[in-house]
Amino acid sequence: MDYLNAFWVGGVICALVQILLDRTKLLPGRVMVLLVCSGAVLSALGLYQPLIDYAGAGASVPLLGFGSLLWNGMKEAIDRDGFLGLFTGGFTACAAGVSAALIFSYLASLVFRPKTKK
Amino acid sequence: MISDKQQKQYEQYVKEMTPVHSLPANMAKAFLTGGLICLLGQWIQNTAAYLGADLKDAGTWCSLILIFLSVLLTGLNIYPRIGKFGGAGSLVPITGFANSVASSAVEFRTEGQIFGIGCKIFTIAGPVILYGILSSWILGVIYYFLKVAEVL
Amino acid sequence: MKNMIQAGTSSAAFRFPVYIQSAASIAGKKEGEGPLKDSFDRIIDDPLLGKDSWESAESMLQKKASALAVKKAGLDTKDIRLAFAGDLLAQTTASSFGTAGMGIPFYGLYAACSTMGEALSLGAMAVSAGFGDHILCATSSHFASAEKEFRYPLGYGNQRPLSATWTVTGSGACIIGSDPPETENSPDSLRSGNRCAVITGITAGRIIDFGFRDSLNMGACMAPAACDTILRNLSDFGRTPSDYDAIVTGDLGIVGRNILLDMLRKNGTDIGDIHQDCGLMIYDNSTQDTHSGGSGCGCSAVVLAACLLPRIIGGQWKRMLFIPTGAMLSKVTYNEGASVPGIAHAVVIELMEI
Repeated sequence: MDYLNAFWVGGVICALVQILLDRTKLLPGRVMVLLVCSGAVLSALGLYQPLIDYAGAGASVPLLGFGSLLWNGMKEAIDRDGFLGLFTGGFTACAAGVSAALIFSYLASLVFRPKTKK
Repeated sequence: MISDKQQKQYEQYVKEMTPVHSLPANMAKAFLTGGLICLLGQWIQNTAAYLGADLKDAGTWCSLILIFLSVLLTGLNIYPRIGKFGGAGSLVPITGFANSVASSAVEFRTEGQIFGIGCKIFTIAGPVILYGILSSWILGVIYYFLKVAEVL
Repeated sequence: MKNMIQAGTSSAAFRFPVYIQSAASIAGKKEGEGPLKDSFDRIIDDPLLGKDSWESAESMLQKKASALAVKKAGLDTKDIRLAFAGDLLAQTTASSFGTAGMGIPFYGLYAACSTMGEALSLGAMAVSAGFGDHILCATSSHFASAEKEFRYPLGYGNQRPLSATWTVTGSGACIIGSDPPETENSPDSLRSGNRCAVITGITAGRIIDFGFRDSLNMGACMAPAACDTILRNLSDFGRTPSDYDAIVTGDLGIVGRNILLDMLRKNGTDIGDIHQDCGLMIYDNSTQDTHSGGSGCGCSAVVLAACLLPRIIGGQWKRMLFIPTGAMLSKVTYNEGASVPGIAHAVVIELMEI
């Protein structure tokens, strides 16, 4: 069951974003920013966690989930460390994802050469 | 000079003259691609949980492995093809973020370690990190003051 | 007696024609799989041309095309008095590291994808004014270097709208001069029996800005400029479309072509039967997935050298209006929200029997 929910919820989020890409002038970079910020806001309003509970990876793998992760980390840090948490929460929460993307990509730049499209 | 009104008319006119992709078809492809990536994510998460990770760690494993796969497929020049087919389906998941980092790193290696890879690795991903951190900080500030004011 | 005569508001007519002595085209793999595959002088399969970067690959491409044009004219680089060359890269480095590296006195040009029109116009004026008996005009573009310069890293998985064009990997070069090409020592020069191709006039382009901002719909950015230049050319020379066997624009693509024909029709000029677009000639859009068509400074240059000039000396066309079109944007102006103005430079090329 959790596989089905992950598939359809993740799919629907992507299909809706496709409308933004195709019918507005929003370029991919802006759409990515929009998703992360929306994810953070939705989570802060308590609206996103229920979706993650329902769809699992279907809600956490899209960039909305990245925003949600940031907010959750921020909230935890503030609850734990107070004011200082405001400056540690975000990066702590996304540390694994961002580090992985940077490190793997750097390694990829050592191994792979740019290739043209066909 | 061309007036604002003429500019608007021209924009409208161009819109009528320009063909666009079939939205339902593109949405279907985005649905399929995005759905499958999330499905794979769920499988990784479940497997990690089965192997003893708690929910949070399972989520981290899921991100790590998806990012690794995306970077690998970018290097092998396969992810651009997935992106061309899937559109938002490959852009929206965390793999799209990893693709933007990896493609920049590979592309700009010719411009050197510092100003090439070092600076330009963030070309597309930088805004995501900046505005993600900034928006969660702003929300955090609100939360913090509400907490101090004992509203929450 | 002055050779060059001002015509109308913005054209020049050459009393003594400027001969196109040779033309060379080098195209990439994708272009080499398109409808013009048998017409190019050379097709290069390695997109990097053995270099380390896209930028040096493009320089190499242009250098090869220029060298080939010189060779086909039966000349040596030291015989070339001046070079007018340009490309799409920032600060036109493909030309400064390419053609300019051959040691020919060099003027670098930038007019986006209309650069071949600008190069031929300036070259023809220089020849006409007696500043050179052999002048090289060359441009190049490269899909990968243009994507990197203006859009995304190549590994980035994005979708292209149907209005987007595909930057041509290729370089075209022409040698122009005051005398007809001789055939005795240079069988590859641009001459068929007593038939030669000559430049008899030019119409300089104006920047036309309709405030349009979509850089992924360059046809729509450039079509108004093409329309403007065509109308001025017709009025400056007192001609009607029927005086031309062909009016060939640079890289308007499907979208731009439709807008151009529509705009001209509204001005009472119908060129539907004689209009062609290099961007639509170079690829088979239906099978090569190039959406609106080809683009880039290399597009009009390779099509001119590989396909249009042979039609002139083959006698198929007696007079052609060649109008490369350019979208004048930089990454900075684009990010700053500026519009994408267009420009189009027209060159009248005719068949001359000597």
